Amino acid sequence: MTKPMGNTLTAIALAAVAFGTVATADESADLVINGDQEMTIRTAAPAHLSDVMDEINSGWLYRKDETQLLQMDDFDNPGMIFVDLAQDAWNAVDGSEDKSCASCHDNVEETMKGVRAVYPKWNETAGEVRTLAHQINDCRENQMGAEKWKYTGGKMTAMEALISVQSRGMPVDVAIDGPAQSTWEQGKEMYYSRTGQLELSCANCHEENYGNMIRADHLSQGQINGFPVYRLKNSKLNNAHARFKGCVRDTRAETYKPGSADFVALELYVASRGNGLSVEAPSVRN
Amino acid sequence: MKLTSLTLAASLIGSAALAGEVAPKDVQFDDYGAVEVSLSGASGDAANGALIAGTKSKGNCVACHAITALADVPFHGEVGPTLDGAGARWNAAELRGLLANAKMTFDGTVMPAFYKVDGFTRPGDAYTGKAAEGELMPILTAQEIEDVVAFVATLNEE
Repeated sequence: MTKPMGNTLTAIALAAVAFGTVATADESADLVINGDQEMTIRTAAPAHLSDVMDEINSGWLYRKDETQLLQMDDFDNPGMIFVDLAQDAWNAVDGSEDKSCASCHDNVEETMKGVRAVYPKWNETAGEVRTLAHQINDCRENQMGAEKWKYTGGKMTAMEALISVQSRGMPVDVAIDGPAQSTWEQGKEMYYSRTGQLELSCANCHEENYGNMIRADHLSQGQINGFPVYRLKNSKLNNAHARFKGCVRDTRAETYKPGSADFVALELYVASRGNGLSVEAPSVRN
Repeated sequence: MKLTSLTLAASLIGSAALAGEVAPKDVQFDDYGAVEVSLSGASGDAANGALIAGTKSKGNCVACHAITALADVPFHGEVGPTLDGAGARWNAAELRGLLANAKMTFDGTVMPAFYKVDGFTRPGDAYTGKAAEGELMPILTAQEIEDVVAFVATLNEE
């Protein structure tokens, strides 16, 4: 990993030393996984964002060197353990219909390639925008006759990771027009709504202040191209709705429910802000 | 014994304002967002204000503002301007207004209002993620606001 340091970064690092802060991330680094898979971690902002920012950046850029390194090799990436577990679950028969995921979808590496990149996505039959987690539970309930998984539970986040890693390196490309547009608009409104007693919106931190430190946290753009993400903080995979819940809670607000129509709309909108970045899941963050 | 009587006094008073205290809903901001009158009716304690400014569960001012005077407190943020020299840039009334509700001075500012109890979207029960029940308490008390005003007023050097 080459680490040229810009003047700004040096200045930040100096300021950080003055206030006893640990070293900040290397924002100029490049992410190559397993030595050969290059990820797009900075690219031109999608057209719908052009009036607020020029470039979109993966949250990987805002993490400390040691955290960045964990994602550069699958043997170091703790999230890959859960991908392996989900591979077993993929092949395991469950429910009244005597089916596994593989019964219909065969080899996950072939059938799920590209799926993560376009979710959340409009489901014509259901007449609504669905997340990947919703589709997994729809399969379990209606195809397998199995119990639904808890939306933010370990089995769900692991399966999301297994499906997502098949799209790793592909650009996020969620559709925001056509039947998905009204959901996208709803998500956009949520993104800019200032909630809770602290009256903070997503934009206050992740659009207006990315790159700045808020206490010991280096604020990122809040991109979700790396979800589900292995967080060192809680030593597990976390999906986008679990992370959204934590963020909204920290504004001293009543959160929305993971899996709710509200968070589906927010996920679609936030995902669309990352259109063009590589799918990174399972990413590693603090 | 002293603690018991303090607790007792606090529970008797509940959320009602102390004598001489300005309740959050009664704060008078001038046209520029300043608040002339002490919210507690008393003067502030700068030393306690410094503690509040550096304590996460209190003012946590350092989350967003660097303050050289609090260099022993780790991790100062960059979201807001440094408070070094803020005591020279603002008078007490202006600082009081900025702390009580900075949006009255700077429309749309990111800074939370520390002495405000209504007008929120989806107010929660502190940091539980659950809906707030009953009346909200301001993030800081009237006296705590005065203490932080007194502390920031001492930050005269850039």
